[in-house]
Amino acid sequence: MDMILAAGIAAPDFSLHVTPDQKLSLKELRGKPVILAFYPADWSPVCGDQMALYNEVLSEFHKFGAELLGISVDGVWCHDAFAKDRHLHFPLLSDFEPKGAVAKSYGAYRAEDGCCERALFVIDKNGVIAWSYCSPVAVNPGADGILEALENLPK
Amino acid sequence: MSLKVPVHDQDHAQGSADAKCTLVEYGDYECPHCGHAYPIVKRVQKHFGKKLRFVFRNFPLAEMHPNAESAAETAEFAGAHKKFWEMHDGLFENQEQLGGQLYLQLAQELGLSPQAWREAVEKREFLSRVKSDFTGGVRSGVNGTPTFFINGKRHDASFEYADLVEAIDAALASE
Repeated sequence: MDMILAAGIAAPDFSLHVTPDQKLSLKELRGKPVILAFYPADWSPVCGDQMALYNEVLSEFHKFGAELLGISVDGVWCHDAFAKDRHLHFPLLSDFEPKGAVAKSYGAYRAEDGCCERALFVIDKNGVIAWSYCSPVAVNPGADGILEALENLPK
Repeated sequence: MSLKVPVHDQDHAQGSADAKCTLVEYGDYECPHCGHAYPIVKRVQKHFGKKLRFVFRNFPLAEMHPNAESAAETAEFAGAHKKFWEMHDGLFENQEQLGGQLYLQLAQELGLSPQAWREAVEKREFLSRVKSDFTGGVRSGVNGTPTFFINGKRHDASFEYADLVEAIDAALASE
C-alpha cells in the first residue's frame, strides 16, 4: 500500500479534466504549494467525509497560498454533481481516461478495486513533493498532516 | 492522533477536572451522526459517574450544514450566561428545527434575553470562539463529526455505547 511517491521526488506533471470542457495541468500551478488529495470515490454516505472536511478547512490552506486539488477516477459529470451537492470550493479532477493513469504515476492506484488510494501529497512551489501520506482506505486522514507539511515548507 | 489543545478552564465541561478519564467531543449541532451520539454520551456519562469528565467543543461543518454555525454561536451565547449545557441539549433534542425561531424559543425557556441573543448573533460575538474550537480540532486530527478524544487520544472505533464504554474502560485501566 505504501508505494506512494515519497518526499524529495519531483511531482509527475499531469493534465486532467476539471470540468466537462476544461483541463487543469499541475505545472500551471508552479510557484505555489499544491495539495493533491487522491480519494476512492465521490458520494460516500457520511457528512464529514474527507472532501467535505477539506472544504471547511480551505481558508486554512489558502493562508499558505496553497491550492487544493481532489482527484478520483470518477467522471466529470459525477464530479460536477458531487461538487454542487457538497458546495465544494476547490477543483475535483477526473483521473478517468486512461483510468487511474495519474494515480498510478504517484503510486496511488488500487488496481484490485479500480480506484485511487486515499493518498495525500503536498508539493512545494518548485514542483517537488514535500510530504506524502497514504491513509488506510477506510480512514479519513483529516487535515492536520497537510497543515503541518505546509508549515514546514521553506518560506 | 492527539488533542493539540488540552482541556482548559474556558472549555464546557461536565464532571471534575480530577476525573480519571476525559472524553472530548468535537461536534456539529446539525450533524445527524452527532444527533445519534447525543443520547449515547448521556448514557456513557451516567455509567461512569465521577470517573468521567465530558467536554464539548464546536466543529461546525458550515459549508454542509447551513445552521451549524448559528447553532454553535447560540450555544456559546447561552454559555456566556451559564446555560451552555441546557442550550446544547435543547439544540440536539430539536435538530430538525434548528434556526432563529428555535433559538429564540430555547433562549426564552432558559430565561435568556432574546434581545441579547439577537445582538450577539448580529455582531457574531461568539464566532471567533467557535472558529478557534474548529481550528484546534483540525490540528488535532478531527476528521468528521462527531470525533471523540479519550484522554487526549483520538477514538477511531465506533461511538456506539458498547464501543465507547470499552474504550473508556481501557483508558481507566491504564491510568
